[in-house]
Amino acid sequence: MKIQDLVQETNTALFANKSRTFLTVLGIVIGIASVIIMLAIGKGAQNEIQSSINSLGSNLLTVIPGTSRGGPSGTGTGGKPLTIADANAIRDKILLVDEVSPELTTRSQVVAGAQNINTTITGIVPEYQKIKSIDMEIGIFITEGQNRNFSKVAVLGPTVRDSLFGIDSNPVGQKVRINANTYTVIGVTKSKGGSGFSNPDDMIIIPLSTAAQYLSGGDSLSSISVTTVETEDLKQVEKEIEELLLERHAIRNRDPELADFSTFNMADLSEAAASVTGIFSLLLGSVAGISLLVGGIGIMNMMLTTVRERTREIGLRKAIGARSKDISNQFLLESVLITCIGGIFGIILGVGVAQLITLSGILTTSVSLFSIILALGVSAIIGIGFGYYPARRAAKLNPIEALRYE
Amino acid sequence: MNMISLKNIKKDYSSGDLTTKVLHGISFDIQEGEFVAIMGPSGSGKSTLMNILGLLDTPTEGDYILDGKNVSSLSDDEQARIRAQKIGFVFQSFNLLPRTSVLRNVMMPFIYNKSEHLSTKEREERAKKALSAAGFPENRWHNLSSHLSGGQIQRVAIARALVNNPVLILADEPTGNLDSKTSDIVLKTFQELNRKEGRTIILITHEHDVAAYADRCIIIKDGVISEN
Ligand SMILES: Nc1ncnc2c1ncn2[C@@H]1O[C@H](COP(=O)(O)OP(=O)(O)OP(=O)(O)O)[C@@H](O)[C@H]1O
Ligand SMILES: [Mg+2]
Repeated sequence: MKIQDLVQETNTALFANKSRTFLTVLGIVIGIASVIIMLAIGKGAQNEIQSSINSLGSNLLTVIPGTSRGGPSGTGTGGKPLTIADANAIRDKILLVDEVSPELTTRSQVVAGAQNINTTITGIVPEYQKIKSIDMEIGIFITEGQNRNFSKVAVLGPTVRDSLFGIDSNPVGQKVRINANTYTVIGVTKSKGGSGFSNPDDMIIIPLSTAAQYLSGGDSLSSISVTTVETEDLKQVEKEIEELLLERHAIRNRDPELADFSTFNMADLSEAAASVTGIFSLLLGSVAGISLLVGGIGIMNMMLTTVRERTREIGLRKAIGARSKDISNQFLLESVLITCIGGIFGIILGVGVAQLITLSGILTTSVSLFSIILALGVSAIIGIGFGYYPARRAAKLNPIEALRYE
Repeated sequence: MNMISLKNIKKDYSSGDLTTKVLHGISFDIQEGEFVAIMGPSGSGKSTLMNILGLLDTPTEGDYILDGKNVSSLSDDEQARIRAQKIGFVFQSFNLLPRTSVLRNVMMPFIYNKSEHLSTKEREERAKKALSAAGFPENRWHNLSSHLSGGQIQRVAIARALVNNPVLILADEPTGNLDSKTSDIVLKTFQELNRKEGRTIILITHEHDVAAYADRCIIIKDGVISEN
């Protein structure tokens, strides 16, 4: 049997029952499209989460007082606080550390003229700017000199500026009152977009020394941010910081279980996020996979029905000289053709819908070449796999019995 | 020359431990260019014999020599090849593919005949010639097979049986579903093909009127030949 004869016979058969062929193809289209869409959504979500984690800095490590294990917490329950001295020790004793940024955060009432708001006040050192990659919209950031001199200067987040001095105004040189002291505004940071646990736009930044002196009245810190030059060093640095602080805080037996501080690193966070988004993608993908499977069963159902309906035709073809292989090839090609057509339209639909989701602004989806190859491969396998059994059934028919079939 | 030579052909059907003996040793020869009718009452084994002659089935015992070659025990694929090259069938019913044009129905044997490499154009020429030989009206060549009358269907079936130039045409009750006038036309078509083109034709029937069109009549009763 020549290829072109085979193709022609197959086409005739598929067009003979257009609506059934259409519905079967539709099943595959939906299956393939949903695999592509789901994987694109999963990948898009993963990218989005990773990039927001990366924007926090992938080589960043944070130490906070208290323990995440529910033991003695912070200064209140007996553990030692984190101090500026701890931060200095980290900077001086640990080699792989790049920048160390001790931070002291409180909330306070802030007054400028007639405006009065409650916001976050963070005392920082100049390294903070680099670690948090802060860009200035207007003016300058806190300097080393201002920190040394307990200067009463403030850098405003754009949200704070908008509420105190008016939207997009230039408040440099103006005064704000925080806790009975007057500070001079020296700059406004660029908006980072509100996200995460603390909104960097809704914040006032002042020198750490000033904050310790006038706001908290002690040198206990809220956190110490540490960066390394290389992301790979993060684990090592985390371990060394842990050991150093266990010693400095005189923890019994230097047992990490008893630590009065905790460390987080971005690599762990990003790994955790990756595994969560991975599970999420897998879940979406398997739901889509089930619909693809249902599509495949649809093909098998159609082919089995066709074989039964066309039993006498198969008998006639055999009587005229068709070999078993000619018959099985014809039925196999029918199901492969259905899945290929379904696969192509499914890819078009899937990519289109993924594009629409991106355009609608819900999520920037990402269609990977892998998912397209996967979809095509799976549809080919479905075509052959679910077409094989009906094709064998057709080929095995005895021509005499097939011709007599009612 | 002997086109067909059957030597002591036996056929049993067995399902489980039940064995039905249908043919009990059939022997006869058919010459090239003969028009033979095989007659017998219902259940005598005519269709069984025709299936063996048409290589749709193998005999349990005995030798079948077709066109000089012993074909009594071939594999399915070899049988299919010989069917495609040497035998044309006309059945009582379901001769044509539904939803398919007359011309494509007649061209169908070319799909499965490996020894013929014809272009689509040549195939069409041959199909048209066969349709003319079978007396099928030219203005219906492109009709769908489902829109034809019973007599027309049988003529298309005859054309299809002819198109590959088979050495043997087998017809099992080709007029079983037709009225006497139409069956006369169809049987005359067979007769003409035999007389003008020298085709070897075996016609199976249980009616004497039908058998009268043939040159020779073989009668089987209960699986044996009772008259030749
Ligand atoms: N596959 C089979 N299994 C068992 N018995 C069968 C089978 N096919 C046919 N027979 C039996 O063989 C006998 C002959 O059947 P066959 O079809 O050859 O008769 P026939 O002469 O063609 O009859 P009719 O004129 O009614 O067509 C019958 O008794 C039938 O029951
Ligand atoms: Mg019969």
